[in-house]
Amino acid sequence: MSMLEARELSREFGGVHALEALSFAIEPGRVQAIIGPNGAGKTTLLNLLSGVYEASAGSILLEGRDITRWPAHACAAAGIARTFQTPQVFQNMSALENVMVGAHRHARAGLARALLRLPGFADGEQALRARAAEQMEFVGIGAYLGADAGSLPYGAMKRLEIARALAAQPKLLLLDEPAAGLNPTETAQIEALIRRIAVRGVTVVLVEHNMRLVMELCDHILVLDGGRWLAEGSAREVRDDPRVIEAYLGVAKA
Amino acid sequence: MSPWRSGCSGGLAALAAIIALLPLALVNNYTYEVAILVGLNAIVCVGLNLLIGYAGQISLGHAGFFGLGAYGSAILTARYGWPSAAALAATTAAVGLLAWAVGRPILRLRGHSLAMATLGLGIIISIVINTEDRYTGGPDGMSVPPFALAGLTLAGERVWYWVVGALLLASVWLALNLIDSPAGRALRALHGSEVAAQVSGVDAARHKLLAFVISATFASVAGSLVAHYSGFITPSKVSFLHSVELVTMVVFGGLASTFGAVVGAAVLTTLPQLLTALKEYEMAVFGAILMATMIFFPRGFVPTLAAWLARVRR
Repeated sequence: MSMLEARELSREFGGVHALEALSFAIEPGRVQAIIGPNGAGKTTLLNLLSGVYEASAGSILLEGRDITRWPAHACAAAGIARTFQTPQVFQNMSALENVMVGAHRHARAGLARALLRLPGFADGEQALRARAAEQMEFVGIGAYLGADAGSLPYGAMKRLEIARALAAQPKLLLLDEPAAGLNPTETAQIEALIRRIAVRGVTVVLVEHNMRLVMELCDHILVLDGGRWLAEGSAREVRDDPRVIEAYLGVAKA
Repeated sequence: MSPWRSGCSGGLAALAAIIALLPLALVNNYTYEVAILVGLNAIVCVGLNLLIGYAGQISLGHAGFFGLGAYGSAILTARYGWPSAAALAATTAAVGLLAWAVGRPILRLRGHSLAMATLGLGIIISIVINTEDRYTGGPDGMSVPPFALAGLTLAGERVWYWVVGALLLASVWLALNLIDSPAGRALRALHGSEVAAQVSGVDAARHKLLAFVISATFASVAGSLVAHYSGFITPSKVSFLHSVELVTMVVFGGLASTFGAVVGAAVLTTLPQLLTALKEYEMAVFGAILMATMIFFPRGFVPTLAAWLARVRR
């Protein structure tokens, strides 16, 4: 069974079709990319898959279960985690607390236990803290455990978002331009990190403009153009596809 | 460590010390009365700050919950002869349930629908209390028996001072515990980035509702205590104006600062008492002080002061 399947997925904003009747599948265990020129609908697609936007038509199936109309927090509970193009960290909290929020759906503290600090609460918090610290070490920002999230450098913020997403122990991780704004060294580190995430058994989908990164990293690539399905296949297949070349480079009118 | 946490347990100890030492400065029954009023308002504000400062929602009807607490306890004890503790518990539970029923449909909507809804609710509560004079005594008010527990009657300013002081400490402790828990992190995350919190699995509506219900019960408890303490209540405390005063206290002290809520309640409760000497200029000076505070302490008193102190220390 596919990890995720989109059927005839559409989204319009006031008459403008951001996505039109898009169908595709994401196979488990893979690292997949969604690429396309600006305005192709990539970020809109991530917003639909993570429940941030509601689809105008069509359906989304997660491991065969229809999650089309689910709100974002329910999609998260079902195992979809994501990051944002511009890092959306909780600047009013510490870096560690940011990641603890990611583990929110695993927090088992009852309200009364939290309010009255009943036995068991401290253990639960300690476990959450340990889990969050572990994710921060995993993505390579262990040095910022006690730091305020707002004080982190840009590259660390992007990793903090990934740590927060991983803390939810997702089945499917959606990364919106993980390498945007990073220098070549940092990009290479992110590439290695995504490989290690995939090794953990998490299915990874990334929207990315850095073609070298996409070609190196991804087993499967979906190309969108103007909100429509344009092409799909391995890196080589997509690179050699005349439709893709045309969409990116345009074609001279005879 | 985030800034609020480092000052957290120290703040609780400092508050306890202030409450313990304040009686040295309280020279007569009148000053005790003001201190008790400060404490009761502070309890309401600590709860209201959870809603405004952390859930990012405004309630313009908290005087209504406060009034329901006061009249609930008053009616159950005076008209039906309930023991005061049972009346307090039943009233608090009923107000919590009402807040839940009102907040549940509204907090699913985005924006400031809650402000409008609570404004309406507060007005309805005020009208009901004014007109149902068979139970409430209408605009003339009603008398309330003193609070009695296990044969002991709470009477006298000094006894009430310690009771209210202890309850204020307890409510601050509860609020701090909530903020430093998964639910509190969820609320703070919603404040930081609602969309990121939601994709992290935080149910925004549920957590805002939780803050609303808790804040309503805090207001209700304070209302019940006021009724027993004063021995006589009138609908004036249930007015829209009192709701606005409560919001002002929270904003003055500083949003998302539990101790700020206490400071806001303390300053804005005592200031009018100090300004009575100014007679007709009282409200004008009061307004000017509020404006000056918001200009020089834009984030509210305590957060601005804390940021300033942190800069100085560095």
